[in-house]
Amino acid sequence: MEIIQSAAPLYAVLVSLLAVVLIGVSGRNPNLRESWTIIAALIKFSIVVSMLPKILDGTIIEYTAFSVMPGLDIAFRVDPLAMFFALTASLLWIVTAFYCIGYMRAGKEKNQTRFYMCFAVALSAAMGIAFSANLFTLFVFYEMLSLCTYPLVAHKQTPEAIKGARRYLFYLLGTSIAFQLAAIFLTYHFAGTLEFAVGGILAGTAPNGVITLIFVLFIAGIAKAGIMPLHIWLPSAMVAPTPVSALLHAVAVVKAGVYTVIKVVLFVFGVDLLKELGLGVVLAYVAAFTIIVASIVALRQDNLKMRLAYSTVSQLSYIVMAVALLTPSAVISSLMGVMIHAFGKITLFFVAGAIYIAAHKTKVSELDGIGKQMPFTMVAFTIGALSMIGVPPAAGFISKWYLAMGAIEANQLAIIVVLMLSTLLNACYFLPIVYQAFFKPVPLGESDKMHEAPAFMVVPLCLTAIGTLVLFLWPELLFNLARLVVASIGL
Amino acid sequence: MIAHFPILVIVVLLVAAAIVPLVGRINRTASWLTACAGCLASFLMAVSILSTVLDSGRISYWLGNWAPPFGIEYAYDPLNAFVLVLVSFVAFMVAVYARDSLEKELDPHRITPFYAVYMLFVAGLMGMVATADLFNLYVFLEITSIAGYVLIAVGRKRESLMASFTYLVMGTIAATFVLLGIGYLYMVTGTLNMADLARLLPDLYHSKVVLTAFAFFTVGLTIKIALFPLHNWLPNAYAFAPSVTSTIMAATATKVGAYALIRVMFTVFQPEFEITVVHVTQVLLFLATIAILAGSILAVAQTDIKKMLAYSSIGQIGYIVLGVALMNHLGMIGSIMHILNHALMKGGLFLVVGAIVYRHGFTHIQDFVGLGRKMPFTMAAFTIGALSMIGVPLTVGFVSKWYLALASLDAGMWYFVPVLLISSLITAVYFWRVIDNIYFKKTEKEEPATGIQEAPIGMLVPTFVLALLCIVFGIFASFPISVAEQAATLLLMR
Repeated sequence: MEIIQSAAPLYAVLVSLLAVVLIGVSGRNPNLRESWTIIAALIKFSIVVSMLPKILDGTIIEYTAFSVMPGLDIAFRVDPLAMFFALTASLLWIVTAFYCIGYMRAGKEKNQTRFYMCFAVALSAAMGIAFSANLFTLFVFYEMLSLCTYPLVAHKQTPEAIKGARRYLFYLLGTSIAFQLAAIFLTYHFAGTLEFAVGGILAGTAPNGVITLIFVLFIAGIAKAGIMPLHIWLPSAMVAPTPVSALLHAVAVVKAGVYTVIKVVLFVFGVDLLKELGLGVVLAYVAAFTIIVASIVALRQDNLKMRLAYSTVSQLSYIVMAVALLTPSAVISSLMGVMIHAFGKITLFFVAGAIYIAAHKTKVSELDGIGKQMPFTMVAFTIGALSMIGVPPAAGFISKWYLAMGAIEANQLAIIVVLMLSTLLNACYFLPIVYQAFFKPVPLGESDKMHEAPAFMVVPLCLTAIGTLVLFLWPELLFNLARLVVASIGL
Repeated sequence: MIAHFPILVIVVLLVAAAIVPLVGRINRTASWLTACAGCLASFLMAVSILSTVLDSGRISYWLGNWAPPFGIEYAYDPLNAFVLVLVSFVAFMVAVYARDSLEKELDPHRITPFYAVYMLFVAGLMGMVATADLFNLYVFLEITSIAGYVLIAVGRKRESLMASFTYLVMGTIAATFVLLGIGYLYMVTGTLNMADLARLLPDLYHSKVVLTAFAFFTVGLTIKIALFPLHNWLPNAYAFAPSVTSTIMAATATKVGAYALIRVMFTVFQPEFEITVVHVTQVLLFLATIAILAGSILAVAQTDIKKMLAYSSIGQIGYIVLGVALMNHLGMIGSIMHILNHALMKGGLFLVVGAIVYRHGFTHIQDFVGLGRKMPFTMAAFTIGALSMIGVPLTVGFVSKWYLALASLDAGMWYFVPVLLISSLITAVYFWRVIDNIYFKKTEKEEPATGIQEAPIGMLVPTFVLALLCIVFGIFASFPISVAEQAATLLLMR
């Protein structure tokens, strides 16, 4: 495997930080300000894409930015695994940048400069997490992501918004300090390094009991992955403006969580160690529990965003459960799930925002006949929902298929039952919305004329919906990347 | 000239203290300039001393050329050269800041004397750090204490006097204890020089007199550093003093006390005294744990920002003592780093509070609503300081926490890791409350848009320098760590 030195990952992180400054100084001129966001998003995506050919050739890009103290470096490493998260976040940022313009202006939100600045910081943090070469770098950006999204969640500054944001931060920062940092201390103490390495760094360094403890601390410390019972922050974060819920709480933040879990599982503990201790299976069942319970809770939510939030909690655990099975197909499912779920869920959140802006509706029970008023939006919603349920031709089918294969490989037939049950539940909480939208009459007193949200919102959500279909039809790129990961960890 | 820096670094401050009242007859600006110049000169000399020490090892300076142990010796190793730079730097920053702040907070006729006493206070601290003679240490301890009482009492609030008086009583008890300790050691060894004592004491470790002396030292110095439960004097002293006093005391005085404790425990007495003879580290570990937790919890309960910062200081002192009492290399590095870190963070935070008092005159946390809009730069500095206190990575607060946690694991005392982490969480709680008020809470009644009302540039710059250093040393921590490492190696040698 060839390793080359290149500062490209550092630039990918820095470009949005530079944009923060530019956004800050052009706060008085909204058009200029938003164009900085879009330019930064385009540059970031092109940097990420520019690394893609080398990565597909099996090359790995490394770069050490600087050393904070002996043993702790800020260092980047771009491998196929990193590409899943980096591509997802940077591509969807472009779409979201346009959507934000539509949403924030149509909603006449205040403090937009702060909003765009924090958004850009969040994307830098996401890139940093994607490309981190060691646990310390990952932790730095993980904390940065928690902190810079706080103003976004508290954006409305109403008492409820502040309450929700506090709970959000309490869970994310609290668990990362109390558990993740403790796990990092222990890892460094026993392994003497925090560098991610194929096969893990902990094997043979500590007694089994201690390794189990470290594993539990890590999983509890990565609350961004939304594993129950540390998922409460995600519904709380729904007080945020919808673009935030869409990109951050369906893509960047939560995917940072599951991505961290994947990295910790594969590169800190290693497949062999977890198999030997049987910890993978335990994690898989905890995730399975989350999948079922979160789906049941989602059934009972009348607020559309809350329903989507619980759906996210459940879908995240698919990814966690898949990687915890530690078999080739399951790992492929987990990696592809990162991107596939992102496209589907961001579409659904975009739709929720569009409905709020165009029709001022937030509840599922109010959506009768909305398919006539907002046909494009609701078709996109249907595609997103199909992806969540796992029905072709939406991409969700692919990750579910591989997950099922992985469960068979791991001889965990109970997981297949969980999968079937949860698919049923997914259908139960998404399909009624589709039915209401297209087949129920418009409520009395409302016209059934077409009344879509601004084009800045509708076009992005159509694009992401189309993306969901494209991923199903042409998944080769994802396959190739996922195979590289699986090959590199020797499964 | 350079050969005499080891003494000039203190003398220049004393001389400045004498000149300040004289030039004060011209105007107050002249006395301010003199104070700043004195601190700056002292800082530059301290830097020169530190670089000499790092290049060519220990410096020993004989006062009046009298050879130790008969004469007074000033000795510099990486530890005290490092603390010397730190103290003089913070003193300079606070002196620059003092001008606008004092005009607002003191009666005009008290400002010039304030500068004079301020210089004495700093000179006392620097002397405590520099000297290698125990009695000399006591003399400087008294100079700095007495100056400290004045600096607190000069505040306009009625409570200032009472706070100063409490501190005076406690401080006098502490100083007396230290003096008794010195006397007892002199009784059995006949020397006051630290190196000489280190040579003579090991044979006398089981003498009752030496044990008593050690007890007096420990208790006396733990009062000075306000280690829980001997912290009672501190919150009021910080809260009711003028902002300049709170800052310099919080940032330097307790740090120098901690330095003196380290000196006594590891140079005058040797590490094996604490390990084999008296198990004082067990007690210190216990008290440090309680200090860390109690300080943080009490800080949550405060409604006044200065009190909150004061209780937080009590917790932070616990960190320093914890690292010392772990008796290992990593712990010592952690402690020394925390001396630096806490000086920067807490100094910066108190300067922010001073700026708020300057502009708005309140210190109640609930009044802070909307300050983020009115004083964006000052509040940015506050946010940096707060993040550093929480221990977010890439700030200095993380560096010392990292070392203290690893030291606990190294010593096999894993239970201190949760203590550190819980205290970080509580710190996050009490600082986040303030940050929420500053940036996110809305005012109940719509105020007329007042625009930006920043602190004057003379206050803003020192505040920002300290805040930025919290980040600079958080990102490029290797240099201070290498100094701390050398110091720790020397202290724990043998």
